[in-house]
Amino acid sequence: MNEPTADLNHPQLPRRPLGPPLSEPSCWHDIRVTVNGAPVCAQVESRLLLVDFLRHRLGLTGTHVGCEQGSCGACTILVDGVGVRSCLTLAVQADGSDVRTVESLAESGELNRLQRAFHEEHGMQCGFCTPGILMSMTALEESSEVIDDDAIMEHLGGNLCRCTGYVNIRNAARRACLRERSRPVDEGADRDA
Amino acid sequence: MKPAPFDYRAAHSVAEAIRLLGDGDREIKVLAGGQSLLPVLNMRMGHPDVLVDICRIPELGSIDVDSQEAVHIGAAVRQAQAHADPRLRSGWPVLTEAIGHIGHPQIRNRGTVCGSLAHNDPASELPAVAVALDAELVARSQRGLRRLNAADFFDGPFSTVLEEDELLTEVVFPRQPAWSGSSFQEFSTRVGDFATAGVVVRLERAGDVVSAARLVFFGVGGSPVRVAAAEQALLDAPVTPSSTAAAVSALEEQLDPVGDIHATAAFRKELAAQLAVTGINQAWERCA
Amino acid sequence: MTPEEEGPAPFIGRSIPRVEDDRLLRGQGRFIDDLQIEGMLEVAFLRSPVAHARIHEVDLTAAAGLPGVVAVYNAAALVGRVEPLLNSEELRIPEGIRSTIDPVVRIQPMPLLASGEVNYVGQAIAMVVAESRYLAEDALEVIDVRYDELPAVIDPEAALEEGSPRVLLEAEDNIGIHLEHGTGDVDQALRSAAVIVEDTFASQRYVPSPMECRGIVAHRDPFSGRLTVWSNTQTPHRVRGHIASCLGLPADDVHVVAVDVGGGFGQKGILVVEELLIPLVAQDLGRPVRWTEDRQENLTAGSHAREQIHHITAAADESGRLLAVRDRFVVNLGARNMVGLVVPYNSLCHLIGPYRVPNVQIEATGALTNTMFTSPYRGAGRPEATFAMERIMDRLAAKLEMEPAELRARNVVTPQEMPYQTGLLDRRGLTQQYDSGDYPEMLDRAVKMIDLPRVRTEQQKARVDGRYVGVGFAMYLEATALGPFEGAKVSVLPSGRIRIHTGAPSQGQGHRTTFVQIAADALGVEMGEIELVAGDTATIPFGVGTIASRALVTAENAIHQAAVLVRQRILDSAAELMEVDPADLEIADNQVVVKGSPGSAMSLAELMRAIPMTQGGSGRDGLSEVSYFQPPNYATSSGLHAVVVEVQPATGRVEILDYVVVHEAGRIVNPQIADAQIVGGTAQGIGGALLEHMQYDEAGQPVTSTFMDYRLPTVDTVPDIRLAEVVCPSPTNALGVKGLGEGGAVGPPAALANAVEDALSPFGVVIHSCPLTPDRLWALLRAGRATER
Repeated sequence: MNEPTADLNHPQLPRRPLGPPLSEPSCWHDIRVTVNGAPVCAQVESRLLLVDFLRHRLGLTGTHVGCEQGSCGACTILVDGVGVRSCLTLAVQADGSDVRTVESLAESGELNRLQRAFHEEHGMQCGFCTPGILMSMTALEESSEVIDDDAIMEHLGGNLCRCTGYVNIRNAARRACLRERSRPVDEGADRDA
Repeated sequence: MKPAPFDYRAAHSVAEAIRLLGDGDREIKVLAGGQSLLPVLNMRMGHPDVLVDICRIPELGSIDVDSQEAVHIGAAVRQAQAHADPRLRSGWPVLTEAIGHIGHPQIRNRGTVCGSLAHNDPASELPAVAVALDAELVARSQRGLRRLNAADFFDGPFSTVLEEDELLTEVVFPRQPAWSGSSFQEFSTRVGDFATAGVVVRLERAGDVVSAARLVFFGVGGSPVRVAAAEQALLDAPVTPSSTAAAVSALEEQLDPVGDIHATAAFRKELAAQLAVTGINQAWERCA
Repeated sequence: MTPEEEGPAPFIGRSIPRVEDDRLLRGQGRFIDDLQIEGMLEVAFLRSPVAHARIHEVDLTAAAGLPGVVAVYNAAALVGRVEPLLNSEELRIPEGIRSTIDPVVRIQPMPLLASGEVNYVGQAIAMVVAESRYLAEDALEVIDVRYDELPAVIDPEAALEEGSPRVLLEAEDNIGIHLEHGTGDVDQALRSAAVIVEDTFASQRYVPSPMECRGIVAHRDPFSGRLTVWSNTQTPHRVRGHIASCLGLPADDVHVVAVDVGGGFGQKGILVVEELLIPLVAQDLGRPVRWTEDRQENLTAGSHAREQIHHITAAADESGRLLAVRDRFVVNLGARNMVGLVVPYNSLCHLIGPYRVPNVQIEATGALTNTMFTSPYRGAGRPEATFAMERIMDRLAAKLEMEPAELRARNVVTPQEMPYQTGLLDRRGLTQQYDSGDYPEMLDRAVKMIDLPRVRTEQQKARVDGRYVGVGFAMYLEATALGPFEGAKVSVLPSGRIRIHTGAPSQGQGHRTTFVQIAADALGVEMGEIELVAGDTATIPFGVGTIASRALVTAENAIHQAAVLVRQRILDSAAELMEVDPADLEIADNQVVVKGSPGSAMSLAELMRAIPMTQGGSGRDGLSEVSYFQPPNYATSSGLHAVVVEVQPATGRVEILDYVVVHEAGRIVNPQIADAQIVGGTAQGIGGALLEHMQYDEAGQPVTSTFMDYRLPTVDTVPDIRLAEVVCPSPTNALGVKGLGEGGAVGPPAALANAVEDALSPFGVVIHSCPLTPDRLWALLRAGRATER
């Protein structure tokens, strides 16, 4: 019936593909991105998702892949200051952009206010969705808007969590992000620059 | 779930984009925000040869109000950018409201207004808004330029009259006349879900009576569904419970939604009727 | 020895913030897909696009020739190498059940790759190993398979009908399980009953949907020759055993590590074919190999759950005292019976829950269908049973025109009756006995918290305004602390720090905090001096895992036992070196101190260094002990959900106005973590009550294969949940603890269905199943209105 397949298997192939790990004949692009403040130049193939570029090419595995359909928010990162699904973005589309991931948050070495709020309110269990949620909240926090409960709910709406039931996530987000007055514009601009 | 191989080209001008689109030998897709296209590619439900990224074309990235006070939204304008625009919020509030119902902020930060129109998901909001507000869509190709009325643009689920080599470069929403008012109403199971049913209502008022009406439904057909008989029922009278009821009764015959796992046809029809009532009343209140 | 005997227990009972958070908050978690090993290959599977077919000619030639493809496999490539998969632990039938009940349990081993026949959409047919997942998926597109489609059966009751098409060609029928069990004389009781209600209540199919999908990395280390497998499993030692026997290796040469796991909920608690195939490929190729399940695979080909249909009858006297319950239920097993009696029997022995029911008769049938197989998911048969029982209780209350809370109060087992025997056999085949609990108190608390009289008044007022408010209750029990054992190894390290090993890994439950709290108390050292390594088979010889609300009870008691022993070893060894009586020593600040003379002290590090050098030493190795805990009985936790809803009749939309959970889970180790487990479980239950439904069309095509269509609760779905706690320490273990991981998920479908039915009682609506989506409720309302006319 079926052909034996042993002769089709060839572990003797080159251990590493030549060039970048995705060996494919065409469609390569040079991109320059700033990732967590550091300039990165890389060659990527057209179809490489931004999330795979970050995780597998740059080793920034804090950004997680939950659905690859844009539904769960686990891969949320900041591109030019706004929250974006990195599973629905090609690496090549990020050329010239400023990209920030969860690894950038504890800038001083200490957990930042948002991270501390999630710890103190027990706003996480398995921690798989947490980086995406932190980045969604970072985008909101860094916007110049007044942040009321509606804004928090809207910005959390696109992030699924299966462990916590959201109650402590809401509490953590409120603790860290609620503010009655809008943020001075220049402060927001500084962060975006 | 990783996309099949494709070539990617970033166009830097409309001329370059339409030249790339003119290559008839290969399957070419326009990549704008990618929020509908990328899931399709990730699931390998589409195998384009080339993606032409139009988001790096400067001339497509702005929202402009012209001398006729019509607003032009370029093909690279993100939904979030449009959502935040104060001119749209005051001049075309239903557009702003409708954008607020698309997915979540993270989706709207990438997704484009024109991309939603060109994609024409039957449950999506913006095609109905375009039809209700008599928007004009501008398509360009190497063969020239076409201006298409929204009413003629959408021709079926996930389908428009755009030709393969055409690029939707902008959508133009005409100035909304004085004494007109609009309303956007949507029902979805969860916040951010595609609509189970929705409607965009636009009314114009002359004196005490309705002088023009648009009722455009979404989520209840393959494309935005304009129900002329319901519109007729509202004309030349003030909005009253009985005129509204007459309009809604016209829906019974005119709407023919499809049932799916999330909602039966009957439920969609019922929702459409309820939303129409709310929408008509709100639009009338806004006709000030 | 319990902590009480040693003085105050400083850590148990305190909401210690989790020690695992810091890493996860920085994006430094290590999940399966985060592992980076030089030269790692990625795997993708070709899965059946049809529900039932004969398959021919799985032609891999084109795939093998594509760039980056290193190996390709079909069933033929496995012939003579590996046996089909059997979850052997789950398939054992306890002697008591075999001899008393004599159930029919037919098992259908799962071929690792389909051979000759596929039985559900998603079944693995071929496997491609390539330099990247992108390239592996490219190769899937050129694999040629010919399918001769066969009739598919999707509905479990249709599958049991005479003349139904066969789900598996070689099976004699579609029955995977059949058993009957009971106590008393139900027929007799029905004859004497004043009131009898009967109805059908069904639980829909769910997908557990952890945010991290399944994943496995395998690598044979050329230096040691050992195979290391990183898996996001809940049961690493079981995985080790299966891989070893599948590949013909000694268990010691297979090292299974559960790294950070992004939620499990049972879906990662059973062995899957991929867990055997990836190690096999790693052995074949001598390179590290990874498979990361994607979401579409998880939703269609990761194990499903629930899906039971209960035809239930309850009988009572005129005062509402239950006389008998009869239940005939069908479980949809999917394409194979993968976990034996586990789920059906769990439903059976949790059906009557907290109620005193003298006469019980239950018939359970497991039906095979051409769908993904089902396996335990948070609650594992309890939510389905609770849905049936708690719905029929409300139907009974309606018939008696009695307040549902009052009907429950008249029937719950009282603390004075504990330990209470139901007359049934438990999962071990022994006499079922509830160890402890206070159900009247729970009911009382819940009624007060939601202020039932006020809710009833407001309900009446609201109806006048055309608003429909309702209240619902659901009570349940949760037999926790499944055996047979869990182990722990507690060791003092050369630095003087303490390391604990156990076989029960965490999928987010915070073991690194709660387990360490217990050890710190037993040892008398600070938590910061103790670290936990859980789920690494190289560090402790045997283990079971984190399933069935068992980890806290079994692992913590094992840790407690081992830590108490180590503490004594520390004192004895120090006493010998310091030449004092061990009774004069105590442990404080990581030092052994002579009581009353803080100057005479020896640090644990000094003690560790001294032991091998000491001629007069005991001759034993360092300070390390392994202990296994075997629970003598289940520790029975319980819960009560009370919910107030408003339903919009025009749209069928349900709004939760108030949600209260009263739970009882023995002594609580870490209240913050315990509460979060309850809330998290409740949210999953709310998801199932209002949104989630894994659906197939008539041809067996899954139609909810994305998160757009399989609708999980979002931040807007789950309200704030008010909690209250009743504490009845379990007499089954030294710590007095009980499990609570699953309980939260058990109550919501029943509680919400009861509340919605109560709200819509003016329309005569009866809820028979969830999810209570706007569409389904609207249809019920329309039918109700039509009947009214």
